[in-house]
Amino acid sequence: MKGRIHAAALALLLVVSGCSAGSSASVASGPDTLSVGFTAEPASFDFTHADGAAIPQALLYNVYEGLVKLDASGHVVPLLAKSWTISPDRKTYDFQLQPGVKFSNGAPFTAADVKFSLLRVKTDWTISVKSAMDVVDHVDVVSPEHARVVLAKPSNGWLFSLTSRIGAMFSPTGVADLANKPVGTGPYEVASRRRGDSIVLQENPAYWGRKPAYRTVVLKYIADPTALNNALLSNGIDVISSLTSADSILQFQGDTRFTVVQGTTNSEVTLAFNNKRAPLNDTRVRQALTYAIDRKAVLDLVFNGRGTLIGSMVPPTDPWYEDLSKVYPYDPGKAKQLLAQASVKNLNLRLRIPNLPYAVSAAQVVQSQLAEVGVGTTIETLDFPAVWLKQVFTDHDYDLSIVQHVEARDITTFGKPSYYWGYDSKRVQQLLAEADSGTTEQQVADMKLVARQLNTDAAADWLFLFPNVIVAKTKVTGFAPNQVSESFDLTGLRPR
Amino acid sequence: MTVKVLRRVLILVVSLLVASIVVFLFMAVLPGDPAQVALGVNATPALLAKTRAEFGIDQPLVTQYLRWIGGVLHGDFGRSYVTRDAIGPQLLDRLGVTLWLVGAGMVVALVIAVPVGTFAAVRHRKPSGVTVSGLSQIGVAIPAFLAGIILVQIFAVQLRWLPSGGWTPPDQNLGEFLRGLVLPALSLGLVQGAVLTRYVRSAVLDTLGQDYLRTARSKGLLPGQALFRHGLRNASVPVVTVLGLQLATLLIGAVVVERVFVLPGLGSLLLDAVSSRDLLTVQGIVLVLVAGVLLVNFVVDVLYTVLDPRLRGS
Repeated sequence: MKGRIHAAALALLLVVSGCSAGSSASVASGPDTLSVGFTAEPASFDFTHADGAAIPQALLYNVYEGLVKLDASGHVVPLLAKSWTISPDRKTYDFQLQPGVKFSNGAPFTAADVKFSLLRVKTDWTISVKSAMDVVDHVDVVSPEHARVVLAKPSNGWLFSLTSRIGAMFSPTGVADLANKPVGTGPYEVASRRRGDSIVLQENPAYWGRKPAYRTVVLKYIADPTALNNALLSNGIDVISSLTSADSILQFQGDTRFTVVQGTTNSEVTLAFNNKRAPLNDTRVRQALTYAIDRKAVLDLVFNGRGTLIGSMVPPTDPWYEDLSKVYPYDPGKAKQLLAQASVKNLNLRLRIPNLPYAVSAAQVVQSQLAEVGVGTTIETLDFPAVWLKQVFTDHDYDLSIVQHVEARDITTFGKPSYYWGYDSKRVQQLLAEADSGTTEQQVADMKLVARQLNTDAAADWLFLFPNVIVAKTKVTGFAPNQVSESFDLTGLRPR
Repeated sequence: MTVKVLRRVLILVVSLLVASIVVFLFMAVLPGDPAQVALGVNATPALLAKTRAEFGIDQPLVTQYLRWIGGVLHGDFGRSYVTRDAIGPQLLDRLGVTLWLVGAGMVVALVIAVPVGTFAAVRHRKPSGVTVSGLSQIGVAIPAFLAGIILVQIFAVQLRWLPSGGWTPPDQNLGEFLRGLVLPALSLGLVQGAVLTRYVRSAVLDTLGQDYLRTARSKGLLPGQALFRHGLRNASVPVVTVLGLQLATLLIGAVVVERVFVLPGLGSLLLDAVSSRDLLTVQGIVLVLVAGVLLVNFVVDVLYTVLDPRLRGS
């Protein structure tokens, strides 16, 4: 019997050690292959029908290209359009296109494709961001390399939204099976996909622009943050596209194998006030709550002090950014005073948050700080996205909530009284409209006024701007520190 | 014997039907609108209504259920709300991964439990036997995901011998497939092995005290020989039962382990589908898992009668 037991134990050991002998645990390796880890996996490849940030993150600028793109400092720069002019009435856009561009299925890219792609947003797309194209009246094909877009009314927001998935260029010969076979003009093509695991991008041999440094890029999808970190630590991946928890930065920081790149995002972590509901419909109460919360302390706890204090709905990469983070310094005394002025006593509010780590930790700080000025809060954690979307976002059934607003230039949501903020200001609505139709200078000036007005009204409390933290093996370079577009742009990455 | 088996089959079918209704009703009361989740934050009421109609979730519950179960009976699990792809093939694909994991976990568990349990039983009065059963007690207390996290820290992060997760299909690269399976199988199997060890020990102990073993010994066989020739088959009856029950635990353990090791199995699909309110997919997965557990119990029942002639009856 003894002998058999020893044999079995030995066999088990052999299984373990035999499989582990020697080699490192990297994916399909080689100097021109890169493996990047993400937390959210695209449901399909068709961002014209399926919502969510994960599809454009993988495909935009990498597989699909638009006329224009957003660079890392937030500027609209040329891509498939070499240049463009805007008519004096700001309604007609003339785009001069790059010559010699081909789709990955071999079809040439011309002004006819511009017309096809822009108008198709109105007719075939089903996701809600398609409304950004409503302002387009018609598109003319002036010549194969010249497309003219005529808007129904001037809109600066339209050109900006062309940098997002809305502006992606499609070929009429390449839209038969968008969910499985994307056809774009970008530097990469989709080579394969294993659901629940990875997507493999392969260099597009006929690409018109500068060739990417990595011929093969494996996008690995790892939902659990710890598992994502472990994959980098154990050679499973080369890059973590975005770190979601600050605690794990430390284990990479001191390690010479890795570089940590930090920049900003468009993602405002916001304590939303239900502006429609008493007593939060009283500006003094909202101001009081804003004074009562030490945003620096929130940021320290939630993201180890990384991130930016902003004070309004504007990230530093927008042209109209001003630092408004010091308008309401942490001042519990002032908070109590304002609450007394508003004759609010024994206030108890429902803080309904999504079940996401940043919201859960931020809510605890907010709760204890509000308690110090005599405001009680009941934290209710809701399943995200399903339950939070339904109850807080759609039904407006909340007093306070904490959520990241990730979309670019989403300050415009304060212009919609039906949005879940419940914020209704004629002045802000008018300024936003003027900014959209005016010249660039007017736009900047008006948007500054909007941001200041929101800050004065304490329409919400902008806790902090989420940082963009990329961790990569030292051998990979070329990361744009700021994540301002919808794309995880692979085109600038290269080996050291 | 045939009647017995037929009765079991009938029980199996009824259980499956009841399970399908329960699963469906659970999904129906889950808060959150699948159309809203699919369309995102700027969805217009018109688009929401159109999408609900497209999914068929504006129909009465009975209609929805009948349409779903009717499809399932024809092997059609419907289309995912989120990806719009057919669910059936996706389930099959993911089930493959989960079965590899559960199978490998079971092998690890048996490789540990049978020899260790027998050893602990044969030496139950000696310090070595007592130590072994004590150790298995500790093993029982460790959840599979914790074992997984510890194994990843040691073998993937520190030593970098094995991948910390990920999946390579066996037909693509057998070596990578095996390397990727080692840690998940160990984290599932170690805990299961500890649980099974205790059952093997008590089953063997029980058998050791039986008269026929004493008879065998008196014919001149060594204790080990007697146990192997006459005892193990009898000891296996209760163990097989427990094995069947444990298989269900193993399936559930696999759901968690898949998350830790990023394996594209049914468990990770289930978690994703629940959070995106992809109800048809959730229903499909849960039904497959329930069917798996019920089937295992059915097989155990039948095996039981085969292994132990005393239970055959009329």
